Amino acid sequence: MRLTTPAEAMARALSRFTGMGRRYGVEWWILLAGALIVLVILAMAVFSGAIAPFNPHNQDAGPQLAPPGGKHLMGTDNLQRDVWSRIVHGSQTILRVAVLAAIISSLLGIILGLISGFSGGIFDRVLSLIMDSVYSFPGLILAIAFAAMLGPGVINITLAVAVIYIPTYFRLVRSQTLSIKEELYVEAARAIGASGPTILWQYIFPNVIATTVVVYTLNVADAIMIEAALTYLGLGLPPDIVDWGMDLAMGKKFLPSGHWWLITFPGAMISILALGFTMLGEGLAEILNPRLLER
Amino acid sequence: MTTILEIEDLAVHFPISIGTVRAVEGVNLNLEQGEVMGLVGETGCGKSTLGFSILRILRPPGKIVKGKILYHGQDIVQMNEKEILSLRGKRIAMIFQDPLTSLNPLFRIDEQFTETLLTHEKGLDRKTAFNRAERMLETLGISPERLLEYPHQMSGGMRQRIMIGMGLILNPDLLIADEPTTSLDVIVEAQFLDLLNDLRKHYNLTILLITHNLGNVAQLADRITVMYGGTIAEIGPAKAIFGDPLHPYTQGLLSSIPNIKLDQPKLMTMLGSPPDLVNPPSGCVFHPRCPRAMEICGREKPDVLKKNGRLVTCWLYG
Amino acid sequence: MGNLARYIITRVLLTIPMVFILLSTVFVVLRIMPGDPVGTMLGGHAPESVIEKKKEELGLNRPIPIQYLDYLWQVCRLDLGNSMVFKQRVTKAIAEKLPATIELTTFAMIITILFGVFMGAYAADKRRSLQDNIIRLYGIVIFCIPVYWLGLMFQLIFGIWLDILPIAGRTGPRVFASTFEKTGFYVLDTILIGDFSALRDVLIHLILPSFTLGMVLSGIFVRLTRANMLDVLKADYILAAEARGLEHRKIVYKHALKNAFIPVLTMFGLQFALLMAGAVLTESTFSWPGMGRLLLERIYLRDYPTIQGVIIMFALIVAMVSLIVDIIYAVVDPRIRY
Repeated sequence: MRLTTPAEAMARALSRFTGMGRRYGVEWWILLAGALIVLVILAMAVFSGAIAPFNPHNQDAGPQLAPPGGKHLMGTDNLQRDVWSRIVHGSQTILRVAVLAAIISSLLGIILGLISGFSGGIFDRVLSLIMDSVYSFPGLILAIAFAAMLGPGVINITLAVAVIYIPTYFRLVRSQTLSIKEELYVEAARAIGASGPTILWQYIFPNVIATTVVVYTLNVADAIMIEAALTYLGLGLPPDIVDWGMDLAMGKKFLPSGHWWLITFPGAMISILALGFTMLGEGLAEILNPRLLER
Repeated sequence: MTTILEIEDLAVHFPISIGTVRAVEGVNLNLEQGEVMGLVGETGCGKSTLGFSILRILRPPGKIVKGKILYHGQDIVQMNEKEILSLRGKRIAMIFQDPLTSLNPLFRIDEQFTETLLTHEKGLDRKTAFNRAERMLETLGISPERLLEYPHQMSGGMRQRIMIGMGLILNPDLLIADEPTTSLDVIVEAQFLDLLNDLRKHYNLTILLITHNLGNVAQLADRITVMYGGTIAEIGPAKAIFGDPLHPYTQGLLSSIPNIKLDQPKLMTMLGSPPDLVNPPSGCVFHPRCPRAMEICGREKPDVLKKNGRLVTCWLYG
Repeated sequence: MGNLARYIITRVLLTIPMVFILLSTVFVVLRIMPGDPVGTMLGGHAPESVIEKKKEELGLNRPIPIQYLDYLWQVCRLDLGNSMVFKQRVTKAIAEKLPATIELTTFAMIITILFGVFMGAYAADKRRSLQDNIIRLYGIVIFCIPVYWLGLMFQLIFGIWLDILPIAGRTGPRVFASTFEKTGFYVLDTILIGDFSALRDVLIHLILPSFTLGMVLSGIFVRLTRANMLDVLKADYILAAEARGLEHRKIVYKHALKNAFIPVLTMFGLQFALLMAGAVLTESTFSWPGMGRLLLERIYLRDYPTIQGVIIMFALIVAMVSLIVDIIYAVVDPRIRY
């Protein structure tokens, strides 16, 4: 076996990348760009302690409302805290809530969708009706209602965000289950005596998984937007947690006096993170879809 | 007899990712006024592409790369935007295969007629346009009240007649019909061909009938052009081509039609498959499948030769 | 036209069960939540007896099915109860704020459709060109921008730095409240009275909020329209239209777009919910006195009945819009009704 030098290894990886790029077109680059953004911000969240120059709660980091420059990359806020450090730490909160909420949504939605689609009958009818009406209702308003009722807290806001996406997964999985259920190979399996849960697990679930991954990614992008919106409206979190949406709400007050850095950076970060997940999801969708059809 | 259309050495290519498809290569064809020219060939031989090229409505990435199409002396290939827009629909019209998808489902029939009329005759008022549409429908044997209907409310045969109506409303010289009967059932097809014949006489129309259905062509055509692999195999009077086909491809085509009068134990087929137009065979494009291929056929493209009052592209006659 | 009428009536009748389900969902959502709204409202430290008494007063002690039926009955009579915080009927509070929200969302809708549909059609027409790619990028990016952040940035640029547009409220200080007695729709009112300087003031105040909301949602429409247009442009009737000598622009923007627009229209019904959600955020950012701000206000004040009333109102609006979209769909596409 030939030993490869690091340069050769990199060259080979690079050619494989561009090979994929040529094969799948612009979607591959979109996927890569999205993945890159997500990884960078993920790193920001994981290594916040090391990256942020100041403690985000430190109310003596510098002068009050200093514009970006010098020691403060993104300036300071009205409580003399370093904005850049708050941005870095804020990534933890938003990622935590969005990713977790999407996981909860997907688990509940998928399980309910599988059961409902597979068993049919009254249960299916009723559940579908409920899910459809929640789905057609403005998600944010529902989330606002939940968050208001539940009160502040990371867990509560995660739950509030999670609930509104359950119908999305439910509908997707249910329709797929319904169509796969009718396929001949499932009938064949039933003919040789396979039980309901077995069929569910072996045949329906694997088919459903690929689309779900795409939906999950786009779900996280959406959840990011909802989380930020809720905290912007003052509904989700106590003030001792660092969060981009909350910083936006606080910075809003100083807009008329022209302190633009308080709102520009948190808002830009929300957009970039949401964009990253969106590009990741869209890229995956384009690339996985043709393959799904091949199967 | 005047020549209204002269196609000179036309080549149409489609550059795609795996190479360039030579859909039409070195085609020479003339159309005389008042005649019905049947353009036949199997799927993919380039006949529809040729039809589209005349009106320059080729779908991207198709491009006319060489040649001339002379209409009353003017080269269509070189015309500018304005000239070609006034040509389409007015001097040369085209009708298509599937009348359901060829009519915009969201607009009423009369709206589609008036639009065509108003596009080409700017000063026309709506009332006059509507009347002309009514008269056209009468000529086609359709009750004028159907003008207020939508395409999906009509039968297939009626829609096809509407299509002809829209094509002829401005009294063009030339009507190109691309597979017009393929989506019709046999009885409707017969009615359609009769109608086409009547209209041809009524309007002194020249018709280019593009089809793979030899039966249609036998009924209507004065002359026939046989195409294969993007090139012309044979052109001649219909009777002559049917009675005494010269080109081996034409012979193969005609003998593969089941004949009820003969006692045929087996159906005749042609060996091989249609040519790859990205990498066409060298020399004569038909030679790999030709039962009478000679050594020269694989080397050089045959010239167009006159024989028995026809034009044949085959080394057998050179 | 009899067919159209029949379709409309059927569709209207179908709305009733849909509304019923929405109302039930709202009921369930607001009741099964953990946490005690009454307790929080009374300050969190009130003694049990006081809480119990208040609950009884509000009828919250009765069995759930009874509460449910009572709730439905009340809504049918358009009685949404009384505010717990102000001496005010909920319906009155909503009626005051509703026109503002409707005005905002209407103008935003117009912007969304204008931007979205025409950019999408243009991009499809110029496929694979630079313009197409830029527009596609816009379609993906714009939706990821929080509407309130876009609003704040617009305020910063146009309100603070350039100082050419107002950043809050529906009118400036020099306009009198009496101008808006008639409908509450400021644009209409000023036209009806003929006060054109007030009209100008109202329109200027509408610009930033409606553009903000309109632009963020346009992204979806850009992508949808473009995708549909690409399909439609491949259709035979487009080729046939070309063969008849119609001009390119007419073919794209009349024949193709009308066909491509139909699925987009259906999507619009679904996206309207997003419009409502965005309106809440936009109202908060621009201090726009509409239902969204009312909702947020009353949430802070723990005004339970008003919160419920506003959410019911949103649900009803969503159902109505869905109905209207379906009707427009039938008008535009004749295949549906025959």
